[in-house]
Amino acid sequence: MKRSQIEETHTLAVFVENKAGVLARVAGLFARRGFNIESLAVAPVDDRFSRITIVVDAVSAPLDQIKKQLDKLIDVVTITELDAESSALREMVLVRLNVEDESNVAEVQALVDGFSGSVIRVRETQMMISLSSRPGDLDDLLEQLEPFGIEELQRTGAIAIPGIE
Amino acid sequence: MQMDGGTALLKALEFEGVDLVFGYPGGAILPVYDSVIDAGLRHVLVRHEQGAGHMASGYAHATGRPGVVIVTSGPAATNIVTPLADAYLDSVPIVAITGQVPYGLIGTDAFQETDTTGITMSITKHNYLVSDPNDIPQVVHEAFHIATHGRPGPVLIDLPKNITDAMNPDSAMTWKDPIPVDLPGFQPVLDAKPEDITAAVDLMLAADRPVIYAGGGILKSRAANELRALAEKLNLPVVTTLMARGALPDSHELNLGMPGMHGNYTAVMAMQESDLLIALGSRFDDRVTGRLDGFAPEAKIIHVDIDPAELGKIRTPDVAIRGDAKRVIVAMLDEIGSKDAADHGAWRSTLSGWQENYPLAYEAAEPGGKLKPQMVLEKLRDLSPEDTIVASGVGQHQMWASQYWKFEHPYTWLNSGGLGTMGYSIPAAIGAKAGMPDRTVWAVDGDGCFQMTCQELITAAVEGIPIKVALLNNSFLGMVRQWQEMFYENRYSEVDLGQPAAGGNSPVPDYVKLSEAMGCVAFRVEDPDEVEAAIERANSINDRPVVVEFVTEAEENVYPMVPGGKTNSEVVVPPFQQKNVEQRGGA
Repeated sequence: MKRSQIEETHTLAVFVENKAGVLARVAGLFARRGFNIESLAVAPVDDRFSRITIVVDAVSAPLDQIKKQLDKLIDVVTITELDAESSALREMVLVRLNVEDESNVAEVQALVDGFSGSVIRVRETQMMISLSSRPGDLDDLLEQLEPFGIEELQRTGAIAIPGIE
Repeated sequence: MQMDGGTALLKALEFEGVDLVFGYPGGAILPVYDSVIDAGLRHVLVRHEQGAGHMASGYAHATGRPGVVIVTSGPAATNIVTPLADAYLDSVPIVAITGQVPYGLIGTDAFQETDTTGITMSITKHNYLVSDPNDIPQVVHEAFHIATHGRPGPVLIDLPKNITDAMNPDSAMTWKDPIPVDLPGFQPVLDAKPEDITAAVDLMLAADRPVIYAGGGILKSRAANELRALAEKLNLPVVTTLMARGALPDSHELNLGMPGMHGNYTAVMAMQESDLLIALGSRFDDRVTGRLDGFAPEAKIIHVDIDPAELGKIRTPDVAIRGDAKRVIVAMLDEIGSKDAADHGAWRSTLSGWQENYPLAYEAAEPGGKLKPQMVLEKLRDLSPEDTIVASGVGQHQMWASQYWKFEHPYTWLNSGGLGTMGYSIPAAIGAKAGMPDRTVWAVDGDGCFQMTCQELITAAVEGIPIKVALLNNSFLGMVRQWQEMFYENRYSEVDLGQPAAGGNSPVPDYVKLSEAMGCVAFRVEDPDEVEAAIERANSINDRPVVVEFVTEAEENVYPMVPGGKTNSEVVVPPFQQKNVEQRGGA
């Protein structure tokens, strides 16, 4: 099963005070309470606050308990569960390929264009690709790139904000 | 006002109203200790940092004010890990100040460096690593606010040496009085929603077999009077958990006593057979519920807690109420008004039947036999002032103390309920006595616990904090031995504390000599006829700590007992009551 299609996941938007150690507090809480993190992305939104998007495996613990325990952390201000369908949800991936034969470059370029991704650089048979899209699209692109020889890849984990009604 | 960070720390503590701290100096906290000399507060110099932590805890529970600990970095910080974890599980407000290596050395494995905020992250309510001395007043103010608001708990402040050291320019700061805390992520909800109160009261009025399951939150919320009013208003029987002993007087006719693994039969069975449990500041601990899937199978649950994470954590409530116990109970009383509860007559007679058939009881000692620990505790109770503060360690003596003392007042019982920290009693008793010098404070201890923290009796002697210790010496790690007897076919493994040293004849240590060497008055009691005189003598000594060693029956067991993994319905009563067993479950 593709990782972004695991059914029992929930996406949490966690608004935190931008203080030293806040990420360790959040990550440590998940570890010690036995909650599994599927992905986590964090960055400041202004001088005082940061926003964390956490995709959690809710089979490991009831979502309600995860949210309540998170809320006990002093630096955590709000926790919002985001609906996967209606939210703006994006993830980015960087992929480096070695397509072995230069004749494959055009084919990969076409594939990436089909996902509205970018070929950042091509050097002989090496290609650097990026895609920012819904996590399921990343799964699909990676599946189709697999036969061309993925050398290295990095996904960011999803970020999300509530959708426009 | 210009000053250094060390001076600012002490000024900040005084600003919070602190007049007593427990601590131990060392390298990284040296500058703070230079400021302690001129500060307007009392410092109690402990003999081990763990003792400082438990003293702060005992002080906090007895006085209702947060306890303060000051220790250095590295091993001192790790030595307070146990009391911090203890205070976290029992929701005790403590503020711990730890020294840290200079900020620039953090992360270099410097001498006596530990990642104190990292280590204590999961056992404190919150912690701080301060890098700017100008932040000290506000951080201290926030720490006291967090420790004492909402569900109380320990908060730690880690202070790098460079920001407290007057000789270091990094420590220069400008004092500004703290401003009201601005913590958007810490907004405790105190008042319940009116519709939840209505729903709860509807259940309370309709129940046939209700029980109030009162926990430590009643005491934290200072809601003993409100608890009593609620119980009396609807004639609701009450069980008081290990953390709530004293929340309702034991002499009150509605008080069924302590439930749980070593609770009395009636309290255990009342919960088990009830059709409504009104959980007030209690958390469905495994020691109370026994095997969870068989716990109180017919009971609806009203669960009131200030910490919403407790609601539904263990047992899904029918009515979940987030709020402060005192305010919630007041709202319930308003809602009840002049309404009447259903008739509980049949339930009350079931309860009194159990009380008659299965009272807390023990078999008296054989003539010439050793002292029964339960008897010692009954005498101690009867011969000490009614408002005596009792602090216990962890193990058999703790359970007997909770069972056989009669707690008539809140805040008279200190023990390590959640963490089960052996060695808690002596330092906790010292903390309580330091905060309440006019009260009699008895530490009830076992010989295992005593050997873990008895060095704090030196603190008590030197600092003039005259606690009393009832050492119930059965020469065993009694509770472990009891489990080995009951569940490991009498295979006693490493529980015998009564052995002589190589080449000697008498057990070591000699507790009387040991206690005398630490500045205490000490005596040993072996004859049942000497128990009363010994207690009276101890109660008459108020200028020094006293240790009374009671040599007790070695293989006495704590009953009743719900064996681990069993449901509360399988509670085991003492052997001499087992003939009544067929009368069980009369509800």
